[in-house]
Amino acid sequence: MALHDIRLKVNGVEYTAQVEPRLLLVHLIRDVLGLTGTHIGCDTTHCGACTVLLNGEPVKSCTVLAVQADGGEVLTVEGLERDGQLHPIQEGFREEHGLQCGFCTPGMMMSAYALLQQNPNPTEEDIRFAISGNLCRCTGYVNIVKAIQYAARKLHPPQ
Amino acid sequence: MQQPRTSPEIGGMGHPVKRREDERLIRGKGTYVDDIKLPGMLYLDIVRSPYAHARIVKIDASRALAMPGVVAVITGQDLAQHNLHWIPGLMGDDRVMVLPTEKVMFYGQEVAAVVATDRYIAADAVTAVDVEYEPLPVVVDPRKALAPDAPILRTDREVASNHCFHWEVGDREATDRLFAEADVTIRQEIYIPRIHVASIETCGCVAHLDRTTGKLTIWMTTQAPHVVRTAYALVTGLPEHKIRIISPDIGGGFGGKVYVYPGYVLATVASILTGRPVKWVEDRTENLTADAFARDYHITGELAAKKDGTLTALRIHTISDLGYTNNQANPSKFPAGLFHICTGAYDFQAAHVTVDGVYTNKPPGGIAYRCSFRVTEAVYTIERLADIMAHEIGMDPAEFRLKNFIRPEQFPYKSALGWEYDSGNYAQALRLAMEKIGYWDLRKEQAERRQRGELMGIGISSFVEIVGAGPAKHFDILGLKMFDSAEIRIHPTGKVIARFGTRHQGQGHETTYAQIIAEELGIPVADITVEEGDTDTCPYGLGTYASRSTPTAGAACAKAAQKIREKARKIAAHLLEVHEDDLIWEPGRFYVKGSPDRFKTIQEIAFAAYTNPPPDLEAGLEAVHYYDPPNLTFPFGSYICVVDIDKGTGEVHVRRFVAVDDCGNVINPMIVEGQIHGGLTMGLAPALYEEIRYDENGTIIGGSFMEYLMPTAMETPRWETYRTVTPSPHHPLGAKGVGESATVGAPAAVVNAVVDALWHLGVRHIDIPITPYKVWQILRERGITE
Ligand code: FES
Ligand code: FES
Repeated sequence: MALHDIRLKVNGVEYTAQVEPRLLLVHLIRDVLGLTGTHIGCDTTHCGACTVLLNGEPVKSCTVLAVQADGGEVLTVEGLERDGQLHPIQEGFREEHGLQCGFCTPGMMMSAYALLQQNPNPTEEDIRFAISGNLCRCTGYVNIVKAIQYAARKLHPPQ
Repeated sequence: MQQPRTSPEIGGMGHPVKRREDERLIRGKGTYVDDIKLPGMLYLDIVRSPYAHARIVKIDASRALAMPGVVAVITGQDLAQHNLHWIPGLMGDDRVMVLPTEKVMFYGQEVAAVVATDRYIAADAVTAVDVEYEPLPVVVDPRKALAPDAPILRTDREVASNHCFHWEVGDREATDRLFAEADVTIRQEIYIPRIHVASIETCGCVAHLDRTTGKLTIWMTTQAPHVVRTAYALVTGLPEHKIRIISPDIGGGFGGKVYVYPGYVLATVASILTGRPVKWVEDRTENLTADAFARDYHITGELAAKKDGTLTALRIHTISDLGYTNNQANPSKFPAGLFHICTGAYDFQAAHVTVDGVYTNKPPGGIAYRCSFRVTEAVYTIERLADIMAHEIGMDPAEFRLKNFIRPEQFPYKSALGWEYDSGNYAQALRLAMEKIGYWDLRKEQAERRQRGELMGIGISSFVEIVGAGPAKHFDILGLKMFDSAEIRIHPTGKVIARFGTRHQGQGHETTYAQIIAEELGIPVADITVEEGDTDTCPYGLGTYASRSTPTAGAACAKAAQKIREKARKIAAHLLEVHEDDLIWEPGRFYVKGSPDRFKTIQEIAFAAYTNPPPDLEAGLEAVHYYDPPNLTFPFGSYICVVDIDKGTGEVHVRRFVAVDDCGNVINPMIVEGQIHGGLTMGLAPALYEEIRYDENGTIIGGSFMEYLMPTAMETPRWETYRTVTPSPHHPLGAKGVGESATVGAPAAVVNAVVDALWHLGVRHIDIPITPYKVWQILRERGITE
C-alpha cells in the first residue's frame, strides 16, 4: 500500500510519519507515537475510550484516519497536565472518585475538556449529554458528573 | 455508624482516602495489556466460524501464508499434535476447544489463528484463510435440546445426550407437603437472558517465550493470574517456575476475565513456535460474540404462603443453558454456583431447588456479571416471586417483606437450603430505604396518578448476597482451595510493601489494602505500596471475583499485619526493657502501661528489627498469611425504585432509586459508594437494556455496542445511596465485601416497579430486558394509548 507523509502536532509536539492511508488515528497515536493513554474499547464508534481533540473538537480517534489529521493539532490525555500541574479535570476525577478501572477515563476527560471549553457553566443535564458518547462500565457516572462539576468550579470560580 | 480509629493522616479503616492508583490512571500512564509493546512483537488475529454448528471439511491457509508479513497460520490439527486442541474447563469435568479439529459448535468460534508482523496484516490474512464447512443442524433453545429427537451436539462425549448435569438441593418432601397445605401458592416462569459483562477493555495478552532462559511470560487480562499459571503448567507440562503471568492494569473484569480464552493459548503457542513475543487483543465484536456469557437461566419458581402472608415454602426448577460445554465459572462442587441463596431474606420452613444444565450451539460461559456465582439469578427470582405473592394476596410489598424477614435475633441463621447466614438486620435496611424515599407518600401519589390514568410504579428489592468464597472445606477451583493471601514487609525505615494473591480491576485495592495495614499497624497509607497481579512476586491466591477480595485477602492482610504487630511487641519490650504484657498498643505505637510517655513507634520498632533485634528473635519484620475463611459473608440491603411509564412509547423512566446497603464495616466509604453506583448501573442494564440474542441459526443478533445497549450517562439515574452497618462476626475486620451487591439487588427493584405500575392492568411479570417495545405491546393489547 502506498505510504503517505503526514505532519501533525500532538500535545504541542511536532511529529512526522509515513502511514498507510487506512491507518486509524488511534493506532497512530498509540502504536506509532507511543502515547498509550488513549484507549480502544470498540470497533463501532460507540464507547468513546479513544476520544481526543482534533483541532479543538472532540473526535473518536478510532473513526478518523491518520491522514485526515495531516496538518492538524491533536490533544490527548497526556497533554492535559501542564508543567507538572494536573488539569482541574484530572484533579476532579481523583477528588470525586470519578474512575475505577480507569480505562474509559482518558476519553471521558477529553470529552469533558471539550465541553468545558464550549460551556464553562454546564448543568448536570449538559454534562450527562456531553459524555453520552463515552461509556463507562464501572462507575455509574454519578461521580464522573461530580468530577466535571468540580473542574467547572475550579476553572470558573463562582463570583 | 462506625467511627475511624486512626487519624486521617494514617488513613485506616473508615477514611475516604483518595485512590493511589488514580495518580497514573488520570495521566494516561496506566499500563493495560494493549499498551505493552516488545521488540520484534508479532500480532495474532483469529479466523472465526460463520456457522453455529458445522463440520470442518478443509482449511486452506495458502493464500494467507503467501501474504507479505504473515508468519504463521495455526489450525486445530497443529494443536492436536501437542494435545492442546482441547483444554480442561473451569468446572474440571468438561472441556473447552482451543481450535476445532472436526466441527465448530457456535457462531464466532475460533477456527484458526494468523500471526503477522502487524495487526492490519493479520486482519487482512484472516480473510484469506479459506475454510470449507458442512453445516449441521443447530440447537439454540435449551428446552428443544432436551427433546428426544434433538440432534446430539457433543458427539465427543460418551453419553449421547444434550443433558449435561442435574443438581438439586433442599427437602423435596417437606416442600411438596407445605405446597399441598398452603392457603396460597403462586408460580411464575422467569427467563434471565444471556448478557455480557462488556468491560470497556476487551481481553488480550502478550505472550513471550524467552528461548534463552526458557521462561514464558504472559501479560494477560486476567482476574486470577495464579490459577492461570497453575492451569498452564498442568495442561502444557511446562514447569511452573518457568511461567510468569502478569496481570497489569485491567480495564474492568466483572467475571469476564477469569477464563483462559483460546486467544491466550493461541498467542502462547505462537510465541513458542516463533520465539517472538506475540500480542492478541480481541475486538468488541469478538468479545461480545465469543467470550463467556452470564446468566441464561430458564426458571420456574413457586411460592407457598398462608392466608396472612406468611411464606412457608419455595420451589424452583431451572434449565441452565450452558452453550456447547460446561465452562461455568463456579467452584467445582457447585454446578449451579451459589444459586441456593435463593431463599433470600425470608424465613422459609422448607425449599427445594433443581437445576439442569443443557448444551446448545452457543458460546460457553456462565460467569457472574459483577456478582458472586449465580447469586443475581437467585436474588432476582426470589424478589420477583415475593413481589408477585404480595400483589396476589393484596398486601403491600414492603409490609409483606417486613412480615417475612429473618429477624435479627435469628442470626447466625441456618437457611432452608443449608447456608449459615452470618449477620443481618433486613428490616432496618428496608425501613431506612422507605424513610429516605418517602414510601407511603409515593404510594399515595401512585393512587392519585392511577385515578388519572397515569402509570407509576414502586419496586422493592430486599436482597441477601453470599460472597467471599470460600471455606476450603467446600470451595475449590480445579482442586485449588479458595483461600487468599497477603504478604507484608516492613522496611527498616518503617515503609511498607505488601503483596496479595488477588488482582483488582478497578476496585481500588492499592488503596483499601493499604488502609487495612494502616489500621492494624498505624503506618500512614502514604508509606505503603500495594502490589498484585505478578505471579513471580505475589503470594499465591485465587484472584478477584465474586466479591471475595475483602473477605479473603483483606482478612489475610489484617492477619498478616497482626502477626507483625505481635513481633513488634516483642521488639518494643526489648527496647523499653519491660515485659511484653506491660505494653499497650494504640495505632502506631506501643507504650508502657501507666506511663504513656514511655513508648516506641512502629517506625522505631521497624528500624530496631534490622539494627537491634532482641537476641532471641529472628531479625526482620514481615509476615505472610493465607486466610481460609470460616464461612462466607452475607451482605444485604434494600432498594426502592420509582418508575414512570410513557404510555405513548412504552418507555420506562426511572424517576428515583434509593439504595440502602449493608456490607458490614467499611474500609473506605468513598470507594464503597463508588462500587455501589457502578453496581446499580450494572443492575439497571439487564433490567431495561442488555441482552445477547440469537436467531434460529444460532447467529448472534448484533454483537456490537450498536445493538448491545449499555447505559450511558443519559439513562443512568442519580443514585441515592445510604448504609447500615451490621459487621460480619467472623471476618477479622467485620467487613463483608461490596463490589457486586448492587448488581445483584437492583434488577428486581426495577422490574418490580414496572410490574407494580401495570399490575392493575393484569400484568404479572415481564421478562427482562423490559424494552419500550415490550411495554408498548402490552399497553396496546390492553387498549391503552396516550
Ligand atoms: S474505540 Fe473509538 S469509540 Fe470505541
Ligand atoms: S472506570 Fe472502568 S470503564 Fe469507566
